[in-house]
Amino acid sequence: MAEQIKLLEMKGITKRFPGVLACDSVDLELHAGEVLALLGENGAGKSSLMNILYGLYKQDSGQILINGSEVTFDSPLQAFTLGIGMVHQHFMLVPNLTVTENVALGLCHDRTFALNLGEVRRKIVDVSRKHGLAIHPDAFVWQLSVGEQQRVELVKALALGANLLIMDEPTAALTPQEADELLDLLRDMTKRECSVIFISHKLNEVRKVSDRVIVLRGGGKVYDGPTRELSDSELAGRMAGKELGQAAARAPQPLGEPVLDIVDLHARGDRGVKALNGVSFSVRKGEIFGLAGVSGNGQRELAEVVNGLRRVDSGNILLDGRDVANCSPLHIIGQGMGYIPENRIHEGTIPPFSIRENLILKDYDTDKMSVHCFLSMDKTRCFASDLISSFRIKTPDMETNCASLSGGNIQKVILAREITRNPKVLVAVYPIRGLDLGATENVHEQLLRISEAGTAVLLISEELDELLALCDRIGVIYEGRVMKVLEARKTDKQELGLLMAGVESPSEIESPSCPDERSIELEEVST
Amino acid sequence: MKKTYVIYNIAVVLVALLIALLIGAALFAVAGGNPITAYKVMLTEPLRGAFGVTETLVRAAPLMLVGVGVAVSFRSGILNIGGEGQILMGAVSGAFIGLSLPGLPKFLLVPLIFLAAFAGGALWGGIAGWLRAYLGVNEILSTVMLNYIAIQLYTYLLRAPLIDPQELAYGTGIPQTAQLTRNAWLERLIPGMRLHTGLIYAIIIAVLVYLLLWKTTLGYRMRVCGAEPLAARYAGMNVSRYLLLAMLLAGGLAGLAGAVELCGVHRRALEALSAGYGFSGIVVALFGGLHPLGIIPASALFGLLIVGADMMQRAVTIPAHIILAIQGLIILAVVSSALFITHRGIREKILGRFGWKEEVH
Repeated sequence: MAEQIKLLEMKGITKRFPGVLACDSVDLELHAGEVLALLGENGAGKSSLMNILYGLYKQDSGQILINGSEVTFDSPLQAFTLGIGMVHQHFMLVPNLTVTENVALGLCHDRTFALNLGEVRRKIVDVSRKHGLAIHPDAFVWQLSVGEQQRVELVKALALGANLLIMDEPTAALTPQEADELLDLLRDMTKRECSVIFISHKLNEVRKVSDRVIVLRGGGKVYDGPTRELSDSELAGRMAGKELGQAAARAPQPLGEPVLDIVDLHARGDRGVKALNGVSFSVRKGEIFGLAGVSGNGQRELAEVVNGLRRVDSGNILLDGRDVANCSPLHIIGQGMGYIPENRIHEGTIPPFSIRENLILKDYDTDKMSVHCFLSMDKTRCFASDLISSFRIKTPDMETNCASLSGGNIQKVILAREITRNPKVLVAVYPIRGLDLGATENVHEQLLRISEAGTAVLLISEELDELLALCDRIGVIYEGRVMKVLEARKTDKQELGLLMAGVESPSEIESPSCPDERSIELEEVST
Repeated sequence: MKKTYVIYNIAVVLVALLIALLIGAALFAVAGGNPITAYKVMLTEPLRGAFGVTETLVRAAPLMLVGVGVAVSFRSGILNIGGEGQILMGAVSGAFIGLSLPGLPKFLLVPLIFLAAFAGGALWGGIAGWLRAYLGVNEILSTVMLNYIAIQLYTYLLRAPLIDPQELAYGTGIPQTAQLTRNAWLERLIPGMRLHTGLIYAIIIAVLVYLLLWKTTLGYRMRVCGAEPLAARYAGMNVSRYLLLAMLLAGGLAGLAGAVELCGVHRRALEALSAGYGFSGIVVALFGGLHPLGIIPASALFGLLIVGADMMQRAVTIPAHIILAIQGLIILAVVSSALFITHRGIREKILGRFGWKEEVH
């Protein structure tokens, strides 16, 4: 194991990318046993700064000192041998290798040919048991949901035995209980003279876990001090550079007839294993129905099945009274379905195509865009410029490639396209994942607006704050079943979090024996 | 700003070409010729007279058709390496129609031959397309392998069922069909030269393919399927269907190249009908930026190189086949240069050297 890092200093780190100043002479100091939170919006420079520390990027100027002596990293391997481990926000996993093989990638540097996968597998099982992180060592990474992949990343870093751990939004995919456990775990680690740099958007977590916080904005450091000295709204204000109000709370809505009726739906996931196990719920006209759950419990499959992208084994999907189960995606789109997919870059848009060509993706052969079978340049231009201005898509012109837009603007392109079609039902899957506060607010405004116009919105999310603020009703999905549907106004995070962890009735936990029962539940998940 | 990028992209491709030619110079030196004279002859000699120019354009027509077909398939997400086989299948189908219906008037016979050639090529491309779309067979493997099958099938047809009866009568046995009737010939544009109307058809077809890919809803669908199959499925497109369609079109266009050689140049099907156009067409397509309007000039340039290589062979006694090696170098250089075009950071760095600044969004 590497020498313990007693003191890490980064001095005057500056990193420039073409046209962007990612880090502007940032100083950072971290002592052993300390948890440092790094706060900032997307693009504030957090990830760049950490990638420099991890040896993925090289700073243009500035120094990194460990225990007082200067170090230079040319590769993550060097950072790793010095005891720095990182859990990335965008997963650094090889999809067509198994979990074990992915972890082995970090462990097998010392020998060229010998590879003891059994040893690695044991290590993974140890780590995942010790920290209660359910992971199947022989699963292929491509089969895992985003949440499960995040867990693999965690296990990987822990198995490598780093003593300075960089965590880039590690709790994004966890239930509140699991997140709490992780935060406790991080706290535990610091007692053993480890140190943690914790990157997050979630102020309550930052407050819970960190001693000190550094706020970055536009590549520069705007605050560095003890976490408790600033209130949540002050921290948020420093991140955004302006005071942000809470997401507009949902006014009570007069609800109409059910438009999307899902009845006893069964379907299988990529591995051929049952992913949906008799899902039933309905979404009414003008309603925002939230589906909460830890990712990997059937949400992706549900969204795909509803949109005709995955086969239904049995059950019905009634869209405005007509069954669309196993219909073609085109038919379902024609029946008034809108879909904001989880994979916004490769499924929601075509990166090398212009914004104009992306905006017309679903309506290109209607009279609005084309004359007979010819695309009309005038009509599509007119359409695109309308949407760009009404949805405030930030771009130099409509012929710019979607690939060069920021995440928030890509999401605006998708929202603009889906919302202007006036769908009867809109399925939105993790619509704010990875977006900064401004972009998140924008997505929420649009969802509220369209539901007020009468669209039934199915919002699949793992952000409980988001669900509680926006939704009329919230269903909790767990292992392919909807556990319970709750009125958003009559529930809270605690109740939802327990349901997400598979605890059927919250009263169970009030009995003295509850902690054991819960851990049994969690173990079942892990097997 | 857009204009700068276009100029930049063209400049990158031209620099890649230059680098390929420089490496090629080493090959000339090894072969014992003076590279400077060799290139000079190759690039200028064909342009000195009507003969060279017209021969260049004769070569350009089939290159253009194959190249445009390759562009259709590449843009739709399928790599068609089977142009050679598709040309031969197109040519032999066309020859069959031409020999079977010699009595038809020209205005019927030529379109029929072209139609048959299109169908023959489309069938050959379609096999690979179907295998890829519905059984997941890698199209690079299948198209390359189908080339071998096509070449053997073609040779068989020329040696036995379709062989010129005269060849049998005289006992010479050269594997070629009888000459087509005059009604099947494409008109020559200039008396005494081989340049024929096929070039005009090829240009028209290239423009039509441009309109298809960029101006119609069908072309939009094909390009979406090629660029991002996930998004295509998301938008309700049947990706498999468009993969198959793209290969039918690509094969058909290569088949038309076979028909152009058949009716315009040789006036019969013979063994060396294709002269490697199926492979050179890929170079042309890549060099032309996989865009029909880039492929038109690119095919003229490669026509020039082929004719120039022949002339160089006489001038500096280096085998004309060296042009195949040079084409290979050009492919490598052009494909490698794609990095400079698609990578924003590199593009900006290079443009920055010349005083351009990219806006940041």
